[in-house]
Amino acid sequence: MENVSNQQIIDALQGQFGEEAIYGIAESHGILQVTTEVEHIVPMLHFLYQHPVLKFQFLTDLGGIHFPEAKGQELGVIYHLHSLENNVRLWIKIYVPIEKPEVPTVTGLFATANWMEREAFDFYGIIFEGHPNLIRILNVEDMDYHPMRKEYPLEDATRDDKIDELFGR
Amino acid sequence: MSEVALVNNPNVGLDRTPKSGPYVNELTTLNLGPTHPATHGIFQNILTMDGETIVDAEQTVGYIHRAFEKIAERRPFYQITTLTDRMNYCSAPINNMGWHMTVEKLLGIEVPKRAQYIRVIMMELARLADHIICNSILAVDTGALTGFLYVYQWREFIYEIYEELCGARLTTNMGRFGGMERDLSPVAMEKIKKILAELPAALKEFESMVVRNRIFMDRTQNVGAISAERALNYGFTGPNLRAAGVDYDVRSLNPYSSYEDFDFEIPVGTKGDTYDRFLVREEEMWQSLRIIQQAMDNLPEGPYHADAPHYYLPAKQEVYRNMEALIYHFKIVMGEIDAPVGEVYHSVEGGNGELGFYLVSDGGRTPYRLKFRRPGYIYYQAFPEMIKGSTLSDAIVTMSSMNVIAGELDT
Repeated sequence: MENVSNQQIIDALQGQFGEEAIYGIAESHGILQVTTEVEHIVPMLHFLYQHPVLKFQFLTDLGGIHFPEAKGQELGVIYHLHSLENNVRLWIKIYVPIEKPEVPTVTGLFATANWMEREAFDFYGIIFEGHPNLIRILNVEDMDYHPMRKEYPLEDATRDDKIDELFGR
Repeated sequence: MSEVALVNNPNVGLDRTPKSGPYVNELTTLNLGPTHPATHGIFQNILTMDGETIVDAEQTVGYIHRAFEKIAERRPFYQITTLTDRMNYCSAPINNMGWHMTVEKLLGIEVPKRAQYIRVIMMELARLADHIICNSILAVDTGALTGFLYVYQWREFIYEIYEELCGARLTTNMGRFGGMERDLSPVAMEKIKKILAELPAALKEFESMVVRNRIFMDRTQNVGAISAERALNYGFTGPNLRAAGVDYDVRSLNPYSSYEDFDFEIPVGTKGDTYDRFLVREEEMWQSLRIIQQAMDNLPEGPYHADAPHYYLPAKQEVYRNMEALIYHFKIVMGEIDAPVGEVYHSVEGGNGELGFYLVSDGGRTPYRLKFRRPGYIYYQAFPEMIKGSTLSDAIVTMSSMNVIAGELDT
């Protein structure tokens, strides 16, 4: 087992895709995270998969996220990669505008991305282009909105006995 | 009366000689589920059958979707514990403690050694309960009911140990941020010692009944096999991945809660078929017993929870006598304490594989986003690939050995 440092991953990615394609570099409890552009995501995952040393060949998880304040980058997708040989994890994030939430699919590389992308579509309305079967998975088919978006409050807005102020919220 | 019934029965007097022609190539659609005793949960499989052979399969999930990730965005951290144990309800303490460890990572709470050891004991008991269910019901699905009865009483006994620690049996809500809500009581200690002494005999009895049983072997060997490459590509983790020959176990690769202190082995299979999955789970039970024995032998003295008054709910008698305890009790219960800004991922080895929690906190009282990585949801995708070309009875056995839990599928 070789020791791969996070700096090595950054260097490899920047060497392949250029310095301006990799930004938002941060570390959280030892896990490196980078942000990239939508057009780089599929080549980047292929590059990391086939890299002779890094070998990010396991997609642990893939999930959506919604930031209504960030104009033009409201919806995000987070890819949790894991290199089992080196025991290194990596998060890659991409952001897309809510008006045009189109992201290329990675089902060609990871079979497991199929349901994960369906789930992100179901809850956030992120459209994964090229996905073999992009339909809702956990919610009912005739639902006409994407419930995990922040504009849908969880509690009934018509109730007046739950005043946030009184509960310190 | 019976004569009339016979006359009205359209099948009586029917010509049953086989016909030739296009009749042979007709495909049938078969709905396995949503409520079917063999699925052990609410999910549907739409099978396309050519006679007895499965040509194609498609799953429909979401029948018990309860929007946990959405609810979690509105709840203070400690209230989310009750959501986690409703995911994989066969090994609820692992889910609870995985969530607690995630939040402790975010808050930077150091958990004392004794609490970590108690957690290990409870998590391994939960793994035992989970594997007892999966393996004995697999045996039931192949027709061996007796073995199931031998080991199932021990699962009941494990639930009694849960009761000693947290008062609940199935959806446990066990532990707190920073440790356990109470120490191991003498009764709990005695019960754990009893299980260590007596479960091996029951397990051996079960194994001698099933493992080399000709019928069981014929029903499970080379059934529902998946290669290591396909399993990795499908995101398999846990016993199902190890049965395919990959020794990935979160407990040894990224040890948490002092797992590095214990000596245990990771069993792996070779073919990734139903028989291998069964054997891997059997061996994991023996290893779990080993871990519990070591934890009981070396159980450190000391406090059973961290000194984290902002997050650890004080004891009830303290709340009545002590001003600070009353304040913290109120603040915790009302969810008035803000968490720091941060982003963490923590994973534990659940009953079915890598159970991950991805938590984004914006500094508020609730998570901004919480994503559960449920192993069952991820590997159940591979089910059609694993059963194509096999018979219906093989599909049932394959599904049973994968240990698909509906609560975990649907959050």
